[in-house]
Amino acid sequence: MANKLVAHMGLAQSIANRLAARNIRTAKDALSLPEFDLMTLLGVDIKDVKEAVARISEVACPPYQTALSLLEERLMNDTSGSRLPTSLTGLDDALGGGIPFGVLTELVGPSGIGKSQFCLKLSLLAALPASYGGLDGRVIYIDTESKFSSRRMIEIGRNSFPKIFHSEGMAQEMAGRIIVLRQTSLSEITESLQQMKLKLLQHEVKLLVIDSMAALISGEKGSSSSSMSGSHPPKCPFSFLKSIAEFSRIPIVVTNQVRGHNNEEISRYSFLGKDTDRSVEKFETHHVAALGIQWAHAVTIRLIFEAHSGQKFIKVAKSPLSPPLAFPFTVSSSGVTLLSDDGIEMIGQEIGMIRCQGHCILNV
Amino acid sequence: MEVSVLPIASAHKEKLISAGYTTLLSIIGVSASRLAQELIIPHREAVEIIKVTLKCSRAVGLEGTHAVLKGSRTAWEMLSDEQNLKLIRTGSEDFDGILGGGIHCGQVTEMGGVPGIGKTQLGIQLAVNVQIPVSYGGLGAKAIYIDTEGSFMPERAYQIAQACIMDTWENLGFSRKEIEDCQEKMQPDHFLANILYFRICSYTEQIAVINYLDKFLEEHKDVKIVIIDSISFHFRQDFKEMVQRTIVLNEMSRQLMKLAERFAVAVLLLNHVTAKHTEGSFQLTLALGDTWSHSCTNRVILYWDGNDRHARIEKSPYLPSASAPFSVTGKGIRNAIAHCKRLRMM
Repeated sequence: MANKLVAHMGLAQSIANRLAARNIRTAKDALSLPEFDLMTLLGVDIKDVKEAVARISEVACPPYQTALSLLEERLMNDTSGSRLPTSLTGLDDALGGGIPFGVLTELVGPSGIGKSQFCLKLSLLAALPASYGGLDGRVIYIDTESKFSSRRMIEIGRNSFPKIFHSEGMAQEMAGRIIVLRQTSLSEITESLQQMKLKLLQHEVKLLVIDSMAALISGEKGSSSSSMSGSHPPKCPFSFLKSIAEFSRIPIVVTNQVRGHNNEEISRYSFLGKDTDRSVEKFETHHVAALGIQWAHAVTIRLIFEAHSGQKFIKVAKSPLSPPLAFPFTVSSSGVTLLSDDGIEMIGQEIGMIRCQGHCILNV
Repeated sequence: MEVSVLPIASAHKEKLISAGYTTLLSIIGVSASRLAQELIIPHREAVEIIKVTLKCSRAVGLEGTHAVLKGSRTAWEMLSDEQNLKLIRTGSEDFDGILGGGIHCGQVTEMGGVPGIGKTQLGIQLAVNVQIPVSYGGLGAKAIYIDTEGSFMPERAYQIAQACIMDTWENLGFSRKEIEDCQEKMQPDHFLANILYFRICSYTEQIAVINYLDKFLEEHKDVKIVIIDSISFHFRQDFKEMVQRTIVLNEMSRQLMKLAERFAVAVLLLNHVTAKHTEGSFQLTLALGDTWSHSCTNRVILYWDGNDRHARIEKSPYLPSASAPFSVTGKGIRNAIAHCKRLRMM
């Protein structure tokens, strides 16, 4: 909509000519200028400018729909239920059926905890035939750290879905549906994703995984910590990824690393004052997500993988639908498995903390 | 307006005309003593002429207390207008308490907080609450939801609408007839149908939709709240030049204030937080910079304090700075679960 041509908007001929002469061709050009500047630039009355801006705005504005029609449309289009089940019953229940289509889901946690294992399992699930509870689709797996292991994936498949993987040729077919991209620069990936946009729909891709997003962005920026905290936003393809998720109606899963929490770093407002009591101590003993707060605003669902008291947990840290729950899990030969399907309800801020084993042993 | 229409002595009229005072405006603009001198009449009579002239001109709308300047109003008129302004409740009494009863129509309110604090939840809750029928103490109006991030979930809106209907019925103790009257209105589907949803994918579209609202609200007078979730998403990534961004943002905030006032709608802007370097340390603050922070009437920060979500009035022309706990439950925004009276004034 932003790139619609002003010339085709049915403006009065005189003003359309003036706009063209000043090289204001698209709605974006015209609306990026205040009315007053536009008036001086075009040399016409403020009244004419107002009319023209109103007209351009009306055309460039996307149409509205009611929330009801939005809901009905989603129910109609998503025959497969609009969720990718994770096969972890407790987590699925908490998320309302699985990883939702059309939004970004982020997995964040320390290295080696099982994020990539979880991604592998999800990829398999999206590739499985519908009769086995899968989505029967293709998967695009962007592997930025060269961690993808086909052998491990087949192993998870064999152990989780023995029926399928022991039948002739199925392992090959399943693995054949997963397209792995090993690209390490953001621009490369943005480019291939852009090319893919149409293909995504045509080839029935049902899942896009980026493992890991943090490596991608910190590599690009030379990883200065201030750029992470969002004061100079790295050119993250947030809105681009979001639009892919939304317009192709597929789930996008990205992983994010953690880094040590620096005490200078801030998660407090000025009015709360310097906090010298218990929370400082608490703050020292956990990690924060490597991508800063701006990124955290962009994701719709955030799952935290953490370890403490000798136990690993998956926590539903941000979700518009789910209560704050934590599930103990373990990584076995069949991938990530929950030890209990009953989540532990977390209170308050605890849900957003990323603890890791070493520190917490000290803490306990 | 001619002098001849004035209900004054014809001798005075003649004197006025011969002295050059032919229109009412010309008389209003002169002092009584000057008039008395010029017309050679007693001061008392000159005062009388001016009084009569003022009265007449007010009757025909030339001049009067209502329009000393075109478009201006006295503080007293504004007070009665403000008292008539409607409030939209948030669902948590404590939260409403610090807001002076709820979100005010006719004003721009900005709310911001860390990811996961419940900004989108609050947006959806208000889009639902604005629709509670008048007979149940609501506004019975529609909502516009401008989604810049794609985080609006109609499924969640359905849940919140359902819970809102249940609570409304429970709280009010209704008679059977009333239920039948409102049966049709008090359905989650009906609530969803009254949320008008715009999905915005770039900052140009965001400006376009805000400009277009002028016309849109003219056609949809029953809209009482406009929610923008979030105001900052596109502006934080699409701009290379900060100066340009500030200019565009100013234009936008001006437009939003105009809309709020003209149509008496509540405008709710949801904002992100960012880290800001002040006095040698990083602190959290709402995004989009200092200039932007002047552009909303009320500013509320949502934050974690211990294990509770809190809301704090950061800026408001008339509300005292206060904070209150609230919680996000399956039903939507409600009072903090462990509810004790700890509303504290700061």
